[in-house]
Amino acid sequence: MNVVVTGLGTTSPLGGDVASTWEAALAGRSGVRTLDNDWNEKYGVPVTFAGQLVVRPEEVLSRPETKRMDPSAQMAIVAAREAWADAGLDQVEVDHDRLGSIVSSGIGGVWTMLTAWDTVRDRGASRVLPLTVPMLMPNSPTAYVSLEFKARAGAHSPVSACASGAEAIGMGFEMIQSGRADVVICGGTEAAIHPLPISAFAAMQALSKRNDDPQGASRPYDVSRDGFVLGEGAGVLILESEEHAAARGARVYGRVAGVGMTADGHHIAAPEPNGAGQTRAMELSLERAGLTAADIVHVNAHATSTPVGDMIEARGIRGLLGAHADQVLLSATKSMTGHLLGGAGALESVFTVKALETRTAPPTINVTEPDPELQVDLVRDTPRALPEGDLAAINNSFGFGGHNVALVFTNS
Amino acid sequence: MALSKDEVLAGLAEIVSEETDIDTAEVTLDKSFTDDLDIDSLSMMTIVTLAEEKFDVRIPDEKVKDLVTVGDAVDFIAAA
Repeated sequence: MNVVVTGLGTTSPLGGDVASTWEAALAGRSGVRTLDNDWNEKYGVPVTFAGQLVVRPEEVLSRPETKRMDPSAQMAIVAAREAWADAGLDQVEVDHDRLGSIVSSGIGGVWTMLTAWDTVRDRGASRVLPLTVPMLMPNSPTAYVSLEFKARAGAHSPVSACASGAEAIGMGFEMIQSGRADVVICGGTEAAIHPLPISAFAAMQALSKRNDDPQGASRPYDVSRDGFVLGEGAGVLILESEEHAAARGARVYGRVAGVGMTADGHHIAAPEPNGAGQTRAMELSLERAGLTAADIVHVNAHATSTPVGDMIEARGIRGLLGAHADQVLLSATKSMTGHLLGGAGALESVFTVKALETRTAPPTINVTEPDPELQVDLVRDTPRALPEGDLAAINNSFGFGGHNVALVFTNS
Repeated sequence: MALSKDEVLAGLAEIVSEETDIDTAEVTLDKSFTDDLDIDSLSMMTIVTLAEEKFDVRIPDEKVKDLVTVGDAVDFIAAA
C-alpha cells in the first residue's frame, strides 16, 4: 500500500510556517541568535545562543492553550494545525477511528518539569498546578494532537532522542501500511532551550561554544566544526494511504517510499565508528522502497556539526552510494536551523519533501573549508537544482542511544 | 486585611479568564463553575491553587466540592 504526503506544517527557527521556513532556507539564512537572558551570568551556562522560534506559540495560540500545554506541545499543535489545513482535511469529513497521531519529543516537557520543581522548592508543594503531569509527560504533544483532531486510531510517541521525529514518521508510514489507519498526523517537536539541557549537552562537549559568532556556529562538514547548536520547534506531516488521498482528490506532495530503523548496540552516546548501523538503516529504507542507490538524487543529512558524527554519516553515504555519490546533492539544513533534537527528523522531512516538490536542494551554510574526507556533493551557500523526472531522496536521523532512522521520500 | 467581596470577585474572574478564555464579565456570582462555565475538575483545582496564592488563603481539598458557584468561592475566600 502506497503512503503519500498530503500536508506539511512547521514552526521553526526560520519561520512560523512552511512557506516562510522554506523561503529562509533557500535564502541560506541562519535562525540562530544570542539568547536574551542572564543564564550565563547567573548560572554560568557556557553557551549563550540557540536556534529560536521566529513566531512564539503564544502569538498564535489562546491563553488557556499556552497555560495547559508545555511549549513542546504548543509547537506541535501549531505545526499540526498548519499541516491539517494544508492537507485540506479541515474541508472534509474524516473517519476519526481511522485517524492516527504520532508526534514525538526527544526530551519531553522539560520546561514544565523544571519550573514545577522551582515551585516546590521555592513556594511549597501545595502551589504545584494540577495540570503539571499532563504537561510534562513526553506523550503530551501527541495526546494534544489526538485530542484536537479526534485521532482515535491510536496516539503514539516513540522516543529515540534526536531520531524521534523521524521515527514517528516511519511509524506513521507503517501504521498506514499495516492497515491500522488511513491518515496519520506525524512528526516531532522540541522545546528544550532551558539552562539545564544546555548545561548538560555542554557537559558532554556536544555543543558549539562559538558565543561570539552564533550564526556561524552550526557548520556541518566544515573543518572547524565544534559541536551542534540547540534549536527548537516542530515539524508535522500528514501521511495518508494513496487510496484515501485519491478518493478525496487531495493534493499529493509525494510518497514516503520506505523507512529503515536500526540500532547500533554500541555506546549510549557515541555512534558506531564505522557507521554500520546507520548504513544498514539506509540500505533497509531503500530495500523497502524497492529502490537502489542509483535512484537517490538528494540526501538531507543528520549532520549536526559535531567533529566525529558528521564524517561517520558522510562515509556511510559514500559507502552506500559509491561513485553515484558524486551525483547526489547533500544538504545539511541544521547549519541554518540548529538541531531541533526530537523535532529535527520531522523538520528535515518537511525540507526533503519540499526539495523534491520544487526540485531544489536547500543549501548548507557556514562551510568555508569542507572536511577533506567528504566525498559527497555538498550543496553550499545557495540552493541547487535537482534533475527532471522521478526523484528519490533520503532523510537521515540518528539519536543518542544508537538509534538510526532513514526515510526515503519520492516525488511520485 | 480582608478583601471585599467585589475585590475577590474581580481577582477570581481574572484567574478564571486566564485559564479558560471566558470573559471576566461572564464570571458572575450566580454562575456554576461546572454547569455554566464548563470548568472541569483539573481546571477547577488549577483555579483553586492560583486563588490560594493570589488571596493568601488555604482552601482545603474537601472544601472544593462545596464551591459550586462563583459566589460560593467568593464567600469562602472573603471570609477566610
